[in-house]
Amino acid sequence: MKNEDLYQYILGIADNSLILGQRLGELCGHGPTLETDIALTNIALDLFGQTRSYYQYAAKLAGGVKTEDDVAMLREEREYRNVLLVEQPNTDFAFVIVRQYLFDEFHLLLMQELQNSKDEMLAAIAKKGIKEVSYHRRFSGDWVKRLGDGTAESNERMQQAVDDLWRYTDELFHLTKADREMIGQGIGVDVSQLRDTYYNTVTELLQEATLTVPEQEYFQKGGKEGIHSEHMGYLLTELQYMQRSYPNMNW
Amino acid sequence: MKKDWPLWEVFVRSKNGLEHRHFGSLHAADAEMALENARDVYTRRNEGVSIWVVESKYITASNPADNGELFEPAQDKIYRHPTFYDLPDEVKHM
Repeated sequence: MKNEDLYQYILGIADNSLILGQRLGELCGHGPTLETDIALTNIALDLFGQTRSYYQYAAKLAGGVKTEDDVAMLREEREYRNVLLVEQPNTDFAFVIVRQYLFDEFHLLLMQELQNSKDEMLAAIAKKGIKEVSYHRRFSGDWVKRLGDGTAESNERMQQAVDDLWRYTDELFHLTKADREMIGQGIGVDVSQLRDTYYNTVTELLQEATLTVPEQEYFQKGGKEGIHSEHMGYLLTELQYMQRSYPNMNW
Repeated sequence: MKKDWPLWEVFVRSKNGLEHRHFGSLHAADAEMALENARDVYTRRNEGVSIWVVESKYITASNPADNGELFEPAQDKIYRHPTFYDLPDEVKHM
């Protein structure tokens, strides 16, 4: 493919939204309350909407034989480019909220930069998504504060989630080969430059939520290169089931 | 968890220039959550431009048992209704 790097770069952004959306979708009908159930499903739908725009663009780059569904549903595990953070399971509501917040804060920074991309399509998708992502961050950030600074039990569960998920944050700022190529062409965002802003903002909010910021130096990585955690296979099995069982099916 | 959350009434202004209208109610632990829940439950398809939330306990409602004395005045005082005026056609919504 002529634009292989751009194609991979798009997947690197789109797959995060797809996989996180899938995780949130698992909670549809199982949220802790009716209101939070609807809120989480709304966020999932926002993410799917964004990811469709990316996949339509990617499918076009792939030369017209592929459709957005092919790109989304018919890849092997190793071909997904999402970060490890978004594929982590819905262990409990604290994990759902912390995972969401840690991603939203990054997602917003990324979209803010991506709207200046030289690639008009990516810039337009980013611009359109910023309002949604701002709301996601507001929702998840408020819940982090509410539960972190809530009861003894909610604080303990939130701290557990922060301690467990923190190790996946560093990967958000790693650069792949496609990233470097696209940064060079003025299309991609140099996410490594977002690291300080990210950790400062997240630290401030966690402290406001009376949570302790972990001081670990070991971080997990691999998702961006296609090396996923043990949870990914199960997630994909469910995600891909319909397209695998009934190829080319439509609503 | 939910049983501890108070009930809130949600009012949404659909368009600038219109008044807020009662849309429904929901549960939330605090005002900020009530606002976000209202956004997610009632306005996610472009239904509104402004939301008010108020805890239901702060609304004082009339008692249906009092409907007779409150809302059913004798019908024979026709002079209480401004029906003796000719309205120009230009006056709308009367």
